[in-house]
Amino acid sequence: MATKIGVVVFPGSNCEHDVVKALGLFGPARVEAGLVWHGERSLAGYDAIVLPGGFAHGDYLRPGALARFSPVMEAVAKYAADGGPVVGICNGFQVLTEAGLLPGALQKNRGLRFLCTTVGVSVCTTRTVLTGESTVGAQLSLPINHFEGNFTCDAATLERLRAEDRIVLRYTANPNGSLDDIAGVCNEDGNVVGLMPHPERACDAMTSSTDGMGLLESLVVAATRRAHVPV
Amino acid sequence: MKYEVLVEVRLRPGIADPQGATIERALPALGFEGVDDVSVGKAFRLSIEASDEPAARDRAVEMADRLLANPVIEVSTVTVLDGAR
Repeated sequence: MATKIGVVVFPGSNCEHDVVKALGLFGPARVEAGLVWHGERSLAGYDAIVLPGGFAHGDYLRPGALARFSPVMEAVAKYAADGGPVVGICNGFQVLTEAGLLPGALQKNRGLRFLCTTVGVSVCTTRTVLTGESTVGAQLSLPINHFEGNFTCDAATLERLRAEDRIVLRYTANPNGSLDDIAGVCNEDGNVVGLMPHPERACDAMTSSTDGMGLLESLVVAATRRAHVPV
Repeated sequence: MKYEVLVEVRLRPGIADPQGATIERALPALGFEGVDDVSVGKAFRLSIEASDEPAARDRAVEMADRLLANPVIEVSTVTVLDGAR
């Protein structure tokens, strides 16, 4: 049976179809990807959850600040606490930090420019649901598309992230001022990952690199594993 | 009673404030010399129903801590602007 991956849609999300399409590349026998409206209160039956990019709730107040109060977020928190794979991409990463499911915050890019470009990132750990099938040191070329992607946290948190091997991806040439070149981090157990680059937009050789497929492959493997956990 | 409350949110000291820095650099170009410590943030004007002024302040502080500011990168100050109306 295909593993079921839910892609959450907030009012203002705009990358949900890209994620569903990219996950569709794994074929219907492996993956069934579908949209989950933000008003949903249960995530029962899903083997992984993706919070996609966009401008949830218009990014009013701060990116992610209002999305945190969407009904689905309580279910996402429970799902994450239960070990379920959760990946937040770009705005989804911002939502996860605002919700307290990931540490730190994403502030405005150094230089105050909206960045829409392709960057190099290196994989720093394979203990996460997004990098389990990758290798440490793997170099990926991925698109970024953000104004608030400058990761920051206090010194103690950074020390902890390093000591606990929770820095998932680093930029090879820091585009936005992120602390320690951080492009993605994870929670203690590695089942919640947030990243600013868009792996779902790096899955088609005609328009980009296909380096995003390796990350999504890891997510599909983690979701499949989850699907076989006896309930 | 209703209390007019001002909540100001700005970046924590030590967090880079590129907007503030840019404005600070721009001011001398207009002849405004001797200005430093420019910081950019947000201001919220609220009209809060509360039994007395300390209660209005307490509610605003809680709102600031839980929603209006992100404590990871921001600090807030609460000012009750005038007495009850």
